[in-house]
Amino acid sequence: MSVRAWITILMLAASAGSAGAQGFADLGSEADGFAIPQRGVPFEFPRDHGAHPDYRIEWWYVTATLTGEDGRDYGVQWTLFRSALAPAETNDWNSPQIWMGHAGLTTPEEHFVAERLARGGIGQAGVTAQPFSAWIDEWVLQGPTLSNVNMRAQGTDFSYDLTLSTDRPFVPQGDRGYSVKSREGQASYYYSQPFYEVTGTLSLPDGPIRVSGNAWLDREWSSQPLSENQTGWDWFSLAFDDGARLMGFLLRERDGASFSSATWITADGTPTPYPDGAFQARPLTTAEVAGRDIPVRWQVTLPDRDLDVTVSALNPQSWMDTSFAYWEGPVRFEGSHAGRGYLEMTGYE
Amino acid sequence: MKRTALAALLSHWRYHPLQLVTLVLGLALATALWSGVQAINAEARASYDRAAQAVGGTRPVITGESGGITRDQYVSLRRAGWQVTPLIEGWIDGGQGRIRLIGIDPLTAPTDMTGGTTVAEGFDLTAFLSGSGQILTSPATANRITSTDLPPVVTVEDLGPGLALTDIGTAQRLLEAPGRIDRLIVRDTQPLTRTPLSEIAPDLELSASGGTADLARLTDSFHLNLTAFGLLSFAVGLFIVHGAIGLAFEQRRALFRTLRALGVPANSLTGLMIMELVMLALLSGLLGVILGYAIAAALIPDVAATLRGLYGVPVEGALSLRPVWWAAGIGISILGALAAAAGVIWKVARLPVLAPARPRAWAMATGSTILYQAAGAALLAIIAVLMGMFGTGLIAGFTMLGALLIAAALLLPAILSLILSLAARFAQGPIAEWFWADTRQQIPGLSLALMALLLALATNIGVGTMVSSFRLTFTGWLDQRLASELYVTARDEAEAAELIEWLRPRTDAILPIWNVDGQVAGAPAEIFGVADHTTYRDNWPLLSSLPDVWDRVADGTGILINEQLARREDLSPGDSLAMPDGWEPTISGVYSDYGNPLAQVLISVEELTMRFPDVERLNFGLRLPPDQVDPLTEALVTEFGLPEENTIDQISIKRFSLEVFDRTFLVSGALNVLTLAVAGFAILTSLLTLASMRLPQLAPAWALGMTRAQLAGLELIRALALALLTALLAIPVGLLLAWVLLAVINVEAFGWRLPMHLFPANWLVLALLALLAAGLAGLWPSIRLSRLQPATLLKVFSHER
Repeated sequence: MSVRAWITILMLAASAGSAGAQGFADLGSEADGFAIPQRGVPFEFPRDHGAHPDYRIEWWYVTATLTGEDGRDYGVQWTLFRSALAPAETNDWNSPQIWMGHAGLTTPEEHFVAERLARGGIGQAGVTAQPFSAWIDEWVLQGPTLSNVNMRAQGTDFSYDLTLSTDRPFVPQGDRGYSVKSREGQASYYYSQPFYEVTGTLSLPDGPIRVSGNAWLDREWSSQPLSENQTGWDWFSLAFDDGARLMGFLLRERDGASFSSATWITADGTPTPYPDGAFQARPLTTAEVAGRDIPVRWQVTLPDRDLDVTVSALNPQSWMDTSFAYWEGPVRFEGSHAGRGYLEMTGYE
Repeated sequence: MKRTALAALLSHWRYHPLQLVTLVLGLALATALWSGVQAINAEARASYDRAAQAVGGTRPVITGESGGITRDQYVSLRRAGWQVTPLIEGWIDGGQGRIRLIGIDPLTAPTDMTGGTTVAEGFDLTAFLSGSGQILTSPATANRITSTDLPPVVTVEDLGPGLALTDIGTAQRLLEAPGRIDRLIVRDTQPLTRTPLSEIAPDLELSASGGTADLARLTDSFHLNLTAFGLLSFAVGLFIVHGAIGLAFEQRRALFRTLRALGVPANSLTGLMIMELVMLALLSGLLGVILGYAIAAALIPDVAATLRGLYGVPVEGALSLRPVWWAAGIGISILGALAAAAGVIWKVARLPVLAPARPRAWAMATGSTILYQAAGAALLAIIAVLMGMFGTGLIAGFTMLGALLIAAALLLPAILSLILSLAARFAQGPIAEWFWADTRQQIPGLSLALMALLLALATNIGVGTMVSSFRLTFTGWLDQRLASELYVTARDEAEAAELIEWLRPRTDAILPIWNVDGQVAGAPAEIFGVADHTTYRDNWPLLSSLPDVWDRVADGTGILINEQLARREDLSPGDSLAMPDGWEPTISGVYSDYGNPLAQVLISVEELTMRFPDVERLNFGLRLPPDQVDPLTEALVTEFGLPEENTIDQISIKRFSLEVFDRTFLVSGALNVLTLAVAGFAILTSLLTLASMRLPQLAPAWALGMTRAQLAGLELIRALALALLTALLAIPVGLLLAWVLLAVINVEAFGWRLPMHLFPANWLVLALLALLAAGLAGLWPSIRLSRLQPATLLKVFSHER
């Protein structure tokens, strides 16, 4: 095992099921010295758009469902993870903050992936709240404010350059932003911006394509969000044709049970959180992806909203072959409601 | 049928076990020496690769104009899309010598720079990246780190030898170089678009990396030397195999005829012979590889020490077994056996069904053979001379060497024959005449063995002369070069200033020894500053110079360069040389600089501090009366407080240098002894072979009244006489070899030429060794002859002849 793999493991990826693993991405370990999220602490913007180095882990996670000028569906992912070895930051090479960027671009046939690693303290990666800028190497998510940003990333064989803008508010998830992740009470701070309008260009091996569509930002930070017996999650973000949004996730447990959570967001940005059990997701079809079986068609229900839809991957092979690997890609759904969304699945062996 | 025929062929070996042993052992020895040397070379090269991997391998690098790259420049490059990773290099004191420290950023480094580093227990990423730091080394290197001032050491298997890998932040701290980045390694995969380097950081330069090539080029000559030795040993071993196979062929003539008469086609017989040979070669090859492994394992610590000492190249002192190596060893054994037996197999294939069954006088060769050989020798000699005149490079040097040696070997039978016929002319009495004539008649049969002896002896003399000449020159050069009685190193500039004040009343002179690294004539070079002092004027080993050379250096118009640089760039006093900062001074002298792989330039210390203000000013040479050295060393430690390891006296340096030197050539010595042993064995097998065939020649002498003891005595004397003659002839060949090594190979390989010194005492020792080998080899056949049943001798007359 290389030092680099070690870093990634320490950072995020302890694969579920292996001996001593503490849940996917090492999120289940103890907090030692790091701050712990507290219920009832209101967000303060733009400050909270920036980094929280006292917390062990944090991310800026954008997914975009796009339509090309060629009429085809595309999906784009831009993610910046921060992981701290210690709750501190310095201005030199000794910084304990480690940054990781993931970029994905999905077409119906292909899935492009790139990854970057950097340490804090030297300016190679970081986030400032005002004016907003999140970056790792030449990848950026930046603008005057987080409501109006330019999003760029590239790999060896693809790149994208998108403009994201919205006039709608940021939406707190869970209890006013305190998102509970297990019956034992592990929680994170969590808010979203599900209403971005997107325009821009994708560069693919076959040439550039103009695209437009929607994007969804997730902001989350914590120090111990997973319970020890949780092995991975299935996370859905769905955009309904009528303008409403749904965020729902399932945290799978070792014994086959799961913990679920969801937020219904109306078109004006009013959230309604749902407790464990209200949101249900059931795998319908699996596909062999990177040597493992992964559900690529789901039945998703939220009876309180009369929601019963079948969610299907645009490209079943949306495998993020990064240091810690997972499935992330655009989906379409139909049934009681119709629309597009994004699906993330982790912890599948 | 085939199986029966093969069984019949193989039965020969059951009746002649000694021949089997000879064949197998000869082939095994040849394979062992060859593959042993190959193993050493492979191990060393693998070490270079690992070492180079840790600093980015063959990837392109970005360097700064004045050496360094700032953190901001690095980050700007990353933010412009450049997938580069920073690196800092330096030396730290491990407690038992210096360790090369490499600082990397594991987050951006390509995986092979940190691994397949298998992370051992005790690795703590938090500590490695942001805490007090951790150092990764191979287990062997870890044993050499005893200093308690360093961060904890974690061992990893796959790291190059003599390397310590750590985080760049930790490395900057340990090397006391905050913020320094030596270079950026450009990763193999780059994203779609990048801003051009010239727009981000115009003073940074992108260039192809030397990577492994630097180390490889540096040590090429050394490995070529070893390879040449291995090849020579292999050739000598093949002489033995050729002899054994030839004999087995002659003795089985009757068998071949019988098999052919019974209906075995010539093709099948040839096939069976080849099959038999391959089987034997497989067996011998396996044995040889095992033996070779033992040889390599025994020699590699010395090789490692040599490479470390002479070139500063780290090589692990342990051998790892590589499968390709087994295959190569066995392969070369089979190829060698087939090559040695090619003639015999050709003969079997063309053997007429009713060929005469009695052994043709196998050993007999006609005068024309000797003439052919002499003609071949002349041709090779011409090639050697042409190579010497027109060839350049190491390969040409070694081709010349090889051609000369083989020419000498081919000429040997003709010369011996000539000497023996002269001896016969002056012989008195029938026995003496018979002795010389009979000896001469045996030359063809013994010629291969004698050639092997000649080669072994000549190599011994040649290499011995080279090493001893080198050592003599080196010692003298050390005396000149190390003129200061004591050398001290301050820990920092402040201490250096205090040290000068403290030393001023206690010494005759304090000579700065300060240097910077830079590019001169497109290659790395050391630039040293020297004070204007009689120490240099009186002692420095100048090879050639302009008048008033030291005045020119002192006033800044002149510089001195080492012989390596002069030869490489074809420079001589009077030429000008472009220095890193655009300065173009005149070369006012060239000095010898043995053991240094790098180019070196000497300038006045004033010029050095003016042109390179950042130069580290910590090292000094002190002049003082020799009897003051010990008291001053002690006072430096107890009164001034300088750590003991920061002072070293002249005598210690010289002793250390000579130790390194002697270890360097220990390997040559060991290989010399081995080749001589192989040659001795070749003589033994040839004599044994001849002994059984010579009965028809000896029987008449016995019948005429000579006793068996007399005959045996003469046999022994014959072996000794031939060995002595060969040894005498080996001396001029060896000296020629020495000359080529010193004046051609050394210049090509190291960039310096050495004066040749003669060591006749060594020749005497070698001649005695040759006699001893021949005596031992001749003793056994003689003893057998003296105990031969008279009936056996009588039978000679009653049998078919």
